[in-house]
Amino acid sequence: MTGMHISLYLHYPFCVQKCLYCDFNSRAERRFSPAEYAELLVRELEAVSRTLSRPVQVPTMYFGGGTPSLMEPSDLARVIETADRLFRLEPDAEITLEANPGTLSVDRARGFRSAGANRISIGIQAFENRLLARLGRIHSVREALDAVDAARCGGFDNLGIDLIHSLPEQSLAQWETALRTAAVLAPEHISAYALTVEEGTPFAALERRGELPLPEEDEGAQMFEATARLLTGAGYEHYEISNFARPGRQSRHNSVYWRRASYLGFGAGAHSFLNTDGLGERWSNAPSPEQYRDALSQGILPTRDRIPLTLEDALAESFFLGLRLLAGVDVGELAGRFGAGPLAPYLDRAQGLIERGLLERDGDRLRLAPKAVILANTVFAEFL
Amino acid sequence: MTIDHIRNFSIIAHIDHGKSTIADRLLEFTGTLSQRDKQDQFLDKMDLERERGITIKAQTVRLNYHADDGKDYVLNLIDTPGHVDFTYEVSRSLTACEGGLLVVDASQGVEAQTLANVYLALDANLEVFVVLNKIDLPAAEPERVKREIEEIIGLDTHDAVLASAKEGIGTKEILEEIVKKVPPPVGDAAKPLKALLFDSWYDQYQGVIILVRIIDGTLKKGEKIQLMSNKRSYEALKVGVFAPDMREVATLSAGEVGFVIAGIKDVADAKVGDTVTHLHRPCDGPLPGYKEVKPMVFSGLYPIDTSQYEALRDALAKLKLNDSSFSYEPETSLALGFGFRCGFLGLLHMEIIQERLEREFNLELITTAPTVVYKVHQTNGTMVQIESANQLPPTGEIAYVEEPFILASIHVPNEFVGGILALCEEKRGVQREIKYLTPTRVMVIYELPLNEVVLDFYDRLKSITKGYASLDYELLDYRQSELVRLNIMINGEVVDALSLIIHRDKAYYRGRELVSKMKELIPRQMFEIAIQAAIGTKVIARETVKALRKDVLAKCYGGDITRKRKLLEKQKEGKKRMKNVGNVELPQEAFLAILKVEG
Repeated sequence: MTGMHISLYLHYPFCVQKCLYCDFNSRAERRFSPAEYAELLVRELEAVSRTLSRPVQVPTMYFGGGTPSLMEPSDLARVIETADRLFRLEPDAEITLEANPGTLSVDRARGFRSAGANRISIGIQAFENRLLARLGRIHSVREALDAVDAARCGGFDNLGIDLIHSLPEQSLAQWETALRTAAVLAPEHISAYALTVEEGTPFAALERRGELPLPEEDEGAQMFEATARLLTGAGYEHYEISNFARPGRQSRHNSVYWRRASYLGFGAGAHSFLNTDGLGERWSNAPSPEQYRDALSQGILPTRDRIPLTLEDALAESFFLGLRLLAGVDVGELAGRFGAGPLAPYLDRAQGLIERGLLERDGDRLRLAPKAVILANTVFAEFL
Repeated sequence: MTIDHIRNFSIIAHIDHGKSTIADRLLEFTGTLSQRDKQDQFLDKMDLERERGITIKAQTVRLNYHADDGKDYVLNLIDTPGHVDFTYEVSRSLTACEGGLLVVDASQGVEAQTLANVYLALDANLEVFVVLNKIDLPAAEPERVKREIEEIIGLDTHDAVLASAKEGIGTKEILEEIVKKVPPPVGDAAKPLKALLFDSWYDQYQGVIILVRIIDGTLKKGEKIQLMSNKRSYEALKVGVFAPDMREVATLSAGEVGFVIAGIKDVADAKVGDTVTHLHRPCDGPLPGYKEVKPMVFSGLYPIDTSQYEALRDALAKLKLNDSSFSYEPETSLALGFGFRCGFLGLLHMEIIQERLEREFNLELITTAPTVVYKVHQTNGTMVQIESANQLPPTGEIAYVEEPFILASIHVPNEFVGGILALCEEKRGVQREIKYLTPTRVMVIYELPLNEVVLDFYDRLKSITKGYASLDYELLDYRQSELVRLNIMINGEVVDALSLIIHRDKAYYRGRELVSKMKELIPRQMFEIAIQAAIGTKVIARETVKALRKDVLAKCYGGDITRKRKLLEKQKEGKKRMKNVGNVELPQEAFLAILKVEG
């Protein structure tokens, strides 16, 4: 029996310490023990499963945060077992755990692995202690390298690392060194993001005061270009704007977002997208862990901001999400899904972008031109 | 009611010194406004009206007062807030009065803004008496403030009323002072009708409503009247007073103040300062002081979204209904498309209209830098008046150009005099006089070219004096000047909306500053952008905006697509607010860069 494909995202909103640039839903105050929080996740999984009328199968599951590696392996096991019981994980389901250095030992890694996680994504961010301190990270370079070793020894053969460039006082040469170091570690997956200063973070305050010496736009662009050049040179496939993978090791979970496949989010502030009618509906959970808990304890789902998408929304998303994947979108498939009529104006815009050299078309495949990867937002905005 | 029992007065006050509250107390005390309506804040309501009205509208209200002498009086409050742009209108309203209350905050003292209006009142021979308001405040210093009033304005303050409008202190004293100090009007009800039109506005149901002060004669409903400036005649369909709502009366006689509705279609036909008389028994001649007000400051208004052109045209027509001093005519710009060249009395007037268009009519506009009217004498002997740099004839056809000069009176605390002098000199001013009103207050009088004043003079004045200066000005004359046209080119194309007429000595500096400011304001785009300043064909400055290198927000977390979309939408919204010049997108601010350049 095959069910509807729905991926699961589970959010753990606590960290040892909040990084200075971070505006994710995370906090250093841990008012819940990991076991208490895992219990809430279990309860939410149960509550949500009762609302689904059709059988489900789960191709990917992702524990994000925050720092979900602060959970005990037994908590993780309990949540994964519950999900499997209620939603049925596919036999080859990808189950990712985000982990931060300083929270991962060989024992814990082994524990997470036997709890069911088969992919680990480690937030290394930088390979210089000076930069790590500047970011407000809790760990050193040594601990980051140890975390990678621990994951490997613990049995993870699918390992990703996260890096950030365009950091304050970071030079192009330093970033290139970081990329070479990353390649030497030979992870299966590398995410390399440019730092964005988000409103409300300590970094935003520093920037306003002129105390955040970020690289100039041109240097930031060079870092972007160096990333693609060095990592593809090291055998990684540049498959998404900021993501690189060994062949066959792309993050299947993240691709769910870009392809507008369904996912359900669990935990405080988690986001969901359920596409049952071709257009889909988005919503999220209350971001505060306390509100999240209170809703669940009253037997209510902590959801809010439920937005059913219009045809225009769905079309726009198909482009600005789908084009994040460098393989691009299949306009033939889109025509089949949405109808050639509604698609036509979007294809006109695409044509304009092709003429400006920002998009490429190859049969039914529409994708970012190599030089436009770094200008993706300019392209995406055209589809809104 | 005999003429001896009428008192026509206005309240002169700096903003925030309590005029509205005093007016409320007077209305309440005389029973004009019931306690029930108390929260309405009558003048505040009028302030709101005024904010909506383009010219600052005069308002009147009739109060019936039984005075201590046992007699009944009619007190007409004519509210005339003033600003430098509306000096003429204010002066006409003051002419309708015999007396004025000068309201001064007992802790703040005389403020610069008050002065010009007090002088206007004194010029109009009004009997002015002083009310010190807010005397209940701990910071009140009535003695110091009285001394200041005597020194600066020269008014006798020994019997100034001490009041607190908030606490209701002094209300009766003010009413008694009005009866005692303000002279009754002088006029003869038997003479032919002679009435001063001191304001008019358009009402969508009743047409134009005019406010009049009857000088001589009597006006009855149904009579044929004539406006003396344009000889147009109408029937007085309704006459009445505001008490405080519109109330019809059978007649308005010499000394009285009221409204007339006469089927006037266009507010431009009911000009402030005009004389109203009977068609068949006209008076001997018009009242003195009438003049046509003409726009002094011009700027181009363009919709950012070209589809809003019709909406802008309709909005301008609506505003014009109520404001004959404002003018507009279609204008086309290569850079900005279809828009309007609009004329204003001054900078405040311009700001009010722009704000109303954006706020009330939901229009998004690009405003070009304000200019003045130049007189261009051509080699063929003719003279043309131009309101924009683009109307300037080719250099070869120009004999010489004249520009308007104003006489500016700047009132400041003495510590700022140095800064003011430097500013006026920089603005090509010619010093007339520096008057010490008191040891600490100075009046600096300069002859200034208006084109320098409309650019950034106010802002500079404010920042130099921390807001403590007031500026009053009048048009002086036209003077021959070395004026040139400064062009801004984007990727080699002249952006007509950015061209300006400027004194030759300033052109180089302004040109350089302007392109460097533009460089800051124009965001990077897909290609390199050259910004040049040129006099004629001679390029005098250049800057380059490098091509956009990076526009990617990589981070997306936990499937929060909604947020990602919002970010993209914000970016797109920003783009929509840009104007395409060739293939370059210019932000609105770029068109006002000239105002941000110092010097």
